[in-house]
Amino acid sequence: MSDGTDNHDQAPGSSLWPIGFAIGIACILVGLVISWPAAVLGAAVTIVFGVLWIRDAARSHAPVDSAPAHALVDGTPSEAQLAAEEQHLETYGRAGFLTLATIGLGGVIGAGVVLPSLGFAVLPSFTGEGIETNPVDLGPISNFPEGTFVITSFTGSKRQGDVSRRTAYIRNNGLSAEKEPSFTIIYSRCVHLGCPIQPNGPAFKDQAKTYKDVTLTPVKPAGFGCPCHGGAYDTEGNRTAGPPVRSLDRYAFSVADGNLILGDHFSVGTVAGTAADAVMTRYPVAYPGVHVDGIERFLYPLPVPGAGA
Amino acid sequence: MAKSARQAQIEKAALYPLDWTEERTGLVGYTKWFLFRNVPRDVNWMQTLGAATLTAFIVQATTGVFLAMYYKPDPDSAYASIQNITNEVTLGWLVRGMHKWGASLFIILMFLHMARTFMFGAYKYPRELNWITGVILLVMGMAEGFTGYLLPWDQTAYWATVVGININATAPIAGPFIAQFLQGGAQIGPDTLSKFYSLHMLVIPGGIMALIGLHMYLVIRLGVTSPPWSPTAAGRPRDEGEEPQGYGAYREGLIREHEEDKAS
Ligand code: HEM
Ligand code: FES
Repeated sequence: MSDGTDNHDQAPGSSLWPIGFAIGIACILVGLVISWPAAVLGAAVTIVFGVLWIRDAARSHAPVDSAPAHALVDGTPSEAQLAAEEQHLETYGRAGFLTLATIGLGGVIGAGVVLPSLGFAVLPSFTGEGIETNPVDLGPISNFPEGTFVITSFTGSKRQGDVSRRTAYIRNNGLSAEKEPSFTIIYSRCVHLGCPIQPNGPAFKDQAKTYKDVTLTPVKPAGFGCPCHGGAYDTEGNRTAGPPVRSLDRYAFSVADGNLILGDHFSVGTVAGTAADAVMTRYPVAYPGVHVDGIERFLYPLPVPGAGA
Repeated sequence: MAKSARQAQIEKAALYPLDWTEERTGLVGYTKWFLFRNVPRDVNWMQTLGAATLTAFIVQATTGVFLAMYYKPDPDSAYASIQNITNEVTLGWLVRGMHKWGASLFIILMFLHMARTFMFGAYKYPRELNWITGVILLVMGMAEGFTGYLLPWDQTAYWATVVGININATAPIAGPFIAQFLQGGAQIGPDTLSKFYSLHMLVIPGGIMALIGLHMYLVIRLGVTSPPWSPTAAGRPRDEGEEPQGYGAYREGLIREHEEDKAS
């Protein structure tokens, strides 16, 4: 293909180094998100391949047929130089140097602008900046009658305000075998694709209570149902029908001064047993639709940083 | 018949700005060449679907720019600002309606245009890149629909976006990362709305405009395909051996002539 110039010999030859260089950059970016050692490794790979690439490129732009230096010792140009001048051959790779300098400087300036901007656009999502660590106080335990679910709506993060309103279905199981208080706290988001599940049963709005901005409405569900695609769960959050891939997420809890304090949000594979005797494995919070156990869990091998406890 | 001196004078005065521009830019000649270039004689009405899609995009871009003057991408005021646009701002109902219904029209037209190019075999050599840029445009158009749908910030908007983001999360390996990038954290929060707004009105439309430019460049360079029932074959055979020489050689044969029009 003709590009209309006579600079064909300037075209860089094919080389594998740029590929290694690109892999290094990719490694840095992934490393920034996942782990620092990977980023450092990426930087090392980038530098090594960058140097190799520059060396390669510089060699292919080396002056053609240049005169040996000792020819200038007596001040008279050598025959080779004269011949080169005669044919207007390049004795000094100026065009080559300028091409390399333009590409190199342009690349440095471009990277200087693009990399921080990309980092700014992408990284904050993975640092957990939006996650509020203040525990949510749900009010006195006496607001949770034993053996009954209570629809509990609360503000997850004071800083984020109404956007972070969440609902949990909380059942006071009374005292466990170890004489400890026991609560089943089920998060209201369907583990199919995140719609708000509803309790299948009468809610007792006349017995509703509030504590600060927490609203508490007793309900007698036979199970939970999702309006979006018909997912159904029993009162332990195990899937009974529809597309969900695991049991409903739960919250840990603690009791302080007679008040129920919401603890860590976690995901659950399946629940064995019921109420105070329920047994389950806690997994780090996973997105709805993501398998936490079974063979399908290998589809999601990388933990997402900043996804919460 | 010779023109009167007065006629000639008027003509000259009228054409002067065009000549002035042409002398300095060459754009008048280029525009004429663009508007009066040859197309196959048996082109079909279905070949206007691409231009219809472009028009729909221009409508979206125009109405969107003006909606942006009244819309507030903040969880506390987004819904109220949309109510204000619809009920209070003069002609707001109309411009918002154009944007809202136009969005569906844009997507529908993209699909019809794609179906036409598929049925006409217009994706074949040498127009593969037209098809590929078109597919990226389709994906970006649907991303416009997805990001725009959150902006009214009502119940439909919110829950549809929850489900949409979580569908992304189910993709193996990368899925949860994509979801978390989209909502800007572990859950939908205040940053999600402004992020979607920025994607919806700056990032994706910018990409769409650039790709439309490339798509149109290819259409103009390669010419449009004649319909399948045309007496001449679509495109021309792939080159074997010798490469075509000189500018325009690649285009030879792309614009189909009728058999009887061909010399010898
Ligand atoms: C290119 C194709 C585009 C599509 C398919 C599209 C689609 C949408 C959709 C589906 C909505 C929700 C409308 C509603 O439910 O009321 C929306 C809203 C909005 N879009 Fe776009 N849009 C496009 C281009 C643009 C551009 C270029 C801008 C600005 C530069 C823009 C600015 C807005 C604004 C401000 C809103 C909120 C107002 C509203 O919801 O009525 N859009 N868009
Ligand atoms: S989101 Fe609940 S069934 Fe699909």
